[in-house]
Amino acid sequence: MSVVTVQLGQCGNQIGYEVFDTMCRDLHNTQGFCSKRENEIYQASCKEHFFNEDKSEVPVARALLIDMEPKVISQTLLKAAHSGRWKYGQHSHFCQRQGSGNNWAYGYSVHGPKHEESIMNLIQREVEEYDSLSGFSIIMSMAGGTGSGLGAFLTQNLRDAYPNSFIMNQVIWPYGTGEVIVQNYNSVLTLSHLYRSSDALLVHENDVVHKICAKLMNIKQISFRDVNQVIAHQLGSVFQPTYSSEDSFQYRRNPLGDLMTALVPHPEFKMLGLRNIPQMPENSLAYTTFAWAGLLKHLRQMLISNAKMEEGIDWQVRPPLSGLPALEKVSPNKELRFNTSIANLLILRGKDVHSADTGGFKDPALYTSWLQPSDAFCEWRTHRAFNKYEKSAALVSNSQFLLKPLDTIVGKAWNMFASKAYVHQYTKFGIEEEDFLDSFTVLEQIVASYCNL
Amino acid sequence: MAQSVVVQVGQCGNQIGCCFWDLALREHASVNKKGIYDDALKNFFRNVDTRGTGISKGRICSLKARAVLIDMEEGVVNEILQGPLKDVFDSKQLITNVSGSGNNWAVGYKVFGSHYRDQIVEKLRQTAEHCDCLQCFFLIHSMGGGTGSGLGTFILNVLEDEFPEVYRFVTSVFPSGEDDVITSPYNSVLAMKELNEHADCVLPIENESLFDIVSKINQMINSGKPGTTVKQQSLVTLNEGGIKKKLDEKPFDKMNNIVANLLLNLTSSSRFEGSLNMDLNEISMNLVPFPQLHYLVSSLTPLYTLADVNIPPRRLDQMFSDAFSKDYQLIQADPKHSLYLACALLVRGNVQISDIRRNIERLKSSLHFVSWNQEGWKTSLCSVPPVGHSHSLLALANNTCVKPTFMELKNRFLRLYKKKACVFDITSFMERNLSVRSLLKFLSFLVCQAALWESLAHLHHYLQVDRMEDSCFTEAVSSLSSLIEKYNELDVTKGLPIHEQVRLNIVI
Repeated sequence: MSVVTVQLGQCGNQIGYEVFDTMCRDLHNTQGFCSKRENEIYQASCKEHFFNEDKSEVPVARALLIDMEPKVISQTLLKAAHSGRWKYGQHSHFCQRQGSGNNWAYGYSVHGPKHEESIMNLIQREVEEYDSLSGFSIIMSMAGGTGSGLGAFLTQNLRDAYPNSFIMNQVIWPYGTGEVIVQNYNSVLTLSHLYRSSDALLVHENDVVHKICAKLMNIKQISFRDVNQVIAHQLGSVFQPTYSSEDSFQYRRNPLGDLMTALVPHPEFKMLGLRNIPQMPENSLAYTTFAWAGLLKHLRQMLISNAKMEEGIDWQVRPPLSGLPALEKVSPNKELRFNTSIANLLILRGKDVHSADTGGFKDPALYTSWLQPSDAFCEWRTHRAFNKYEKSAALVSNSQFLLKPLDTIVGKAWNMFASKAYVHQYTKFGIEEEDFLDSFTVLEQIVASYCNL
Repeated sequence: MAQSVVVQVGQCGNQIGCCFWDLALREHASVNKKGIYDDALKNFFRNVDTRGTGISKGRICSLKARAVLIDMEEGVVNEILQGPLKDVFDSKQLITNVSGSGNNWAVGYKVFGSHYRDQIVEKLRQTAEHCDCLQCFFLIHSMGGGTGSGLGTFILNVLEDEFPEVYRFVTSVFPSGEDDVITSPYNSVLAMKELNEHADCVLPIENESLFDIVSKINQMINSGKPGTTVKQQSLVTLNEGGIKKKLDEKPFDKMNNIVANLLLNLTSSSRFEGSLNMDLNEISMNLVPFPQLHYLVSSLTPLYTLADVNIPPRRLDQMFSDAFSKDYQLIQADPKHSLYLACALLVRGNVQISDIRRNIERLKSSLHFVSWNQEGWKTSLCSVPPVGHSHSLLALANNTCVKPTFMELKNRFLRLYKKKACVFDITSFMERNLSVRSLLKFLSFLVCQAALWESLAHLHHYLQVDRMEDSCFTEAVSSLSSLIEKYNELDVTKGLPIHEQVRLNIVI
């Protein structure tokens, strides 16, 4: 079943490109630690989900490029065409001449309705090309105007037009400071709207990824490209083909759907985060060996102590003794001690994958009281290695991990809202103070729900 | 891609405009090696064939500036039309007169405004029709004189009426304390009211600051530091492209070039590609928290990008530090010791996001931000550096440090205006039912005190103009006072402890 990727705005388009490029490079990676025949099946499965073939035999990404400004799209199309490995469809983009100017209201209330028909037609034409549609993956940032405002508008429209398809938003969480001044307003409006129409939000925090670039990838002068490549690697580790069951050697038909089923058991909780291990510069890979036990031990501690990478993990954090109520209620602005999960999906790839013991993730103490580990935990194992890593693990989790960043964004936006600063920029395009208040309410509700797990 | 139109008004506006077009052409020439009319060029230029028909694609035939040139004298515009830039403009883009506005805002605004309104609208429309997506007007003028100040702000009103959707960025050159135009405080304060009400963003510039920067550049050139060489064919201040270079180069040319560079850097990210674009409409969105507080203090670093010199490059981080120093601001202001409402860093060249982040982290503790915008940073990365340099930074600050400039202006206005007030005190002893106008005429015969005479005579020149009432002065000064008051209100919050606002409570 196919997944249609919708790349929105500058950020969405830049990351989308890196995701397809990473996937394609992985497909042609001869060090896949599997036979040629196996690799062909792997390639076929990946293409079934994410690519079309055309006469030229260069895979065509099942993606739509949407921006309200032409520069980024023309650059992205060109880069893909030059890669020689893959390309975008000839008519798969839509752009306008004037961007949304970092204004969520402009993207949502002006660009959205104005270009609704063209964009929805474009998407429909794309969808009609395939036998079966699993759903949509929408890549967008929350900070700007197009990705966030138009993204929220489109997500809503897609929900109405394709009620039976899955919608997952890849949400790029802005740096705490330094990108866009009104980013907290834009984020609050985006998240509250997405929460109504999306099935799940997979969050990628720029600050976290930036740190990974610095600490794990050892990059000195970090560019957006570096950041985007790490995000692409992480997404690839989830969405590249996986075996549907441990002994069948059949690849999963509907990864997007299976992921949602595993991770979103309740509509109140749909914030997902991603942790990967190991991550290191490519040239160090050859000199490093890994053991599954070590990787999984680290990954589990990363999960429960809410560490975003394998460096600087707090090993003191332990799950509460089961059966006893937690000593203190979690408060969003305090440093989280123990990160309670609702659900986890563990994706293991590489050598000796069947020998990996995932028992540590099946401890009931990791989860809320209302879900058994058998329902809350899911694992996908695949023999083929991913992206030159002999062994690698990705953990997608629905947990309290986002409480602090979410609370910070809501708090900053609320402080600004109290002074009414910048509000006139939004009311100019029909987003009133009431709308802000509604959005704040939705987000406070989400914060409270995750707090009370 | 969206387009911009430059409206240059008065002597100062046209001189700066001229420098700007010269630099813009050079910049595009160095980036666009193939001679193809591309999207970046399209932003500020039309491409026309020999018959004057626009061509949207293909090779460059003849580039025409998206500009309207307006002056009520002929001198500067004629010089441009005889200079090397003559082919960039055609006669349809010009409005000139021979009489001048006599350094009188009222003549520019009221007399020439109403007389030329239709013609101005027509030229603006023509220019706008050549754009497929007009995003922004850049108005360049000075505040002290008559045409730039009066007619310039009149045009600002016209732009708002006729093109309400299009952004209005105004580059305003403020007079220095020792201005040779005695009426400049009147003109400036009258113009300020219009800027307050009708501009989306104003970039104030002070001649004194430009002069200091030029001196500093000269000092650098003459310092004889090893590695310092004067560039022969540098882009930046070699100004023969614009007004014909005279033997004795006026310091104004270099000063105007700084302002032209400001506009070039301001628009670079919307013209050229980069990893973090910043469109023009993002500037007011991020930097203007309240409609009237739209004055942005700018600084350009490193300075040698403004000069014809090769100076051994200093550390990249120095560029960021300098941008916050008072010596580098284009007005006489010290942002470091005032309150930031918001700040934008527009970076060009070989700089990455990690460089920006490191410098923000390093600098933010030495800066004061308003309580509700502690992280008020907007950044952009344009990959095309200024010609001949590896990187540059334009910092735009919405900062209460503009206040002293406005207060100084108000004081100079009041000093001039008070003299008139004291006249009224004398007159109150006399007949009461005389109108102000006749009173003034009457008084101008009676009062011999030189200064009083002078100031009255000036006021008289304004009030002589049709529809120019005394209330125009009082309204203008109260508009300025209320703007200053808004900055005051923010200033008093500086350094106060920050309270978190009580959040919404969710009942579960």
